[in-house]
Amino acid sequence: MSANPVTTRKRYVARSSKTAARRLGDEMMVMSPLDSTVFTLNEVAAAIWEEADGTSSLDQIVERRICQEFEVTREVALQDAEALAEELAGHGILVLSDEPIQPNDSPRQEAK
Amino acid sequence: MSSLMEEMGQKALELGIPLTVQLDITYRCNERCVHCYLDHEDHGEMTTAEYKSLLDQLAAAGVLFLSVSGGEVMIRKDFFEILEYARSLMFSVRLKTNGMLIGKREAARLREMALDSVQISIYSHRPEVHDAITLVPGSLQRSLDAVRFLKSEGLQVIIADVLMRQNFLDYPGVKALATELGVRFTLDPTVTPMIDGDRSILSLNVDPKILKNAFHDESLVGNVEEFCSTPQPGSDDELDAFPCSAGHTFCYVSPYGDVYPCVQFPLPTGNVRRTRFVDIWKHSPQMEEVRSITARDLPTCSQCVHMSSCTRCPGLAFMEGNMRGPSIQDCEKSFARTGIPSKNLDAKRAAAAGNPVAARLIQIQGVSVAPPIPSAQPAAAAMPAGD
Repeated sequence: MSANPVTTRKRYVARSSKTAARRLGDEMMVMSPLDSTVFTLNEVAAAIWEEADGTSSLDQIVERRICQEFEVTREVALQDAEALAEELAGHGILVLSDEPIQPNDSPRQEAK
Repeated sequence: MSSLMEEMGQKALELGIPLTVQLDITYRCNERCVHCYLDHEDHGEMTTAEYKSLLDQLAAAGVLFLSVSGGEVMIRKDFFEILEYARSLMFSVRLKTNGMLIGKREAARLREMALDSVQISIYSHRPEVHDAITLVPGSLQRSLDAVRFLKSEGLQVIIADVLMRQNFLDYPGVKALATELGVRFTLDPTVTPMIDGDRSILSLNVDPKILKNAFHDESLVGNVEEFCSTPQPGSDDELDAFPCSAGHTFCYVSPYGDVYPCVQFPLPTGNVRRTRFVDIWKHSPQMEEVRSITARDLPTCSQCVHMSSCTRCPGLAFMEGNMRGPSIQDCEKSFARTGIPSKNLDAKRAAAAGNPVAARLIQIQGVSVAPPIPSAQPAAAAMPAGD
């Protein structure tokens, strides 16, 4: 679990249109556009990735997907989701913003 | 290969997912390379809508790595539309092209699409050699311009060379050029038969001595001692392994919708104009037959000293007449590496000397190969040669 405190501001996440991604069994394979590094996202991380449409905030995603599907409290889930989003944003896989993100050249459909 | 990529490949194998697909969108070309294994006529290429439907199906089937090739891909007027659609479906796209139609504007557009890489064929650093292979005057200059445009846009570029009689002296020059340009370099050591079975272009392959020299060139293979080491007997695990990824995690789709296990394995398994891709992939009897073969099922190769280290291509074996047989070109490569003849080469020699018992080991049966259509660029075992 992350030790970082949960932020009170809303954070929006969008999948970067520069990535390549595909679900492989219960994992999501995502390739960073920065250096072609491949990352595997587990079920929880994959759920966040799939919901990262730019218009849903992280707390909405946590509420809608994580708390519904996994045995975890909202506080812990949000804390971990923020840490994950920060890390993936660092690899260019997710775009993170305090405002909703307009789908300029976002992927046509989610990687399934 | 990184361990994560190996894990991904293993998982795709277990789940029966075609992780990688080569899609040739045209066989038409603006070059006429002497070693090309395609004809360049349009026999009824798929439409833009058909390609988009196919890409939807490939994404749904789990394909992540998409190699878009030809022919010359940019000859199609809808090339960018197809490529942009593929990227919108989040494929990792590697583009193979001769670069002749890539200027500054095209390079910028390709950069916007965040391709994994662009591979450009360069056969010599000397125009008189390269252009004599492509049969297009000025083609080296135009291809190198494309490399520079793409590189200046920050794209990962790979220069791909093929070793043949016309250019075997020049691969060090091409490699040096790649280094100077800051791009990767690969060298394919063999010319393969035309996809319609015509083997006449095999005469372009280099002499065994030259092949041996290439395999003993540290700048190409790295640790020569290791690369050319005496082969070890195959283990039970190796005998139970699958010969290659063709039909397991890889397949090929032609511009006419034909699905093959690999571009070098022209075994017709179905056509996406008539059957959904996933049904061909999962249920085609031909795909199932390819998938059923382990190294243990190869009558000659399973007993060969090179079994554990040979680059045997089942597609080349198929084109010789038997997908369970040896591929003579790979036998020759194993011999060039190690100096030790394969079981197949031994049998051939014995047959030539009149020993009928040994002659029975030869797996070549002379079955004609007549796929309904021709195909694309060689995907043979290339030698990555540093950066």
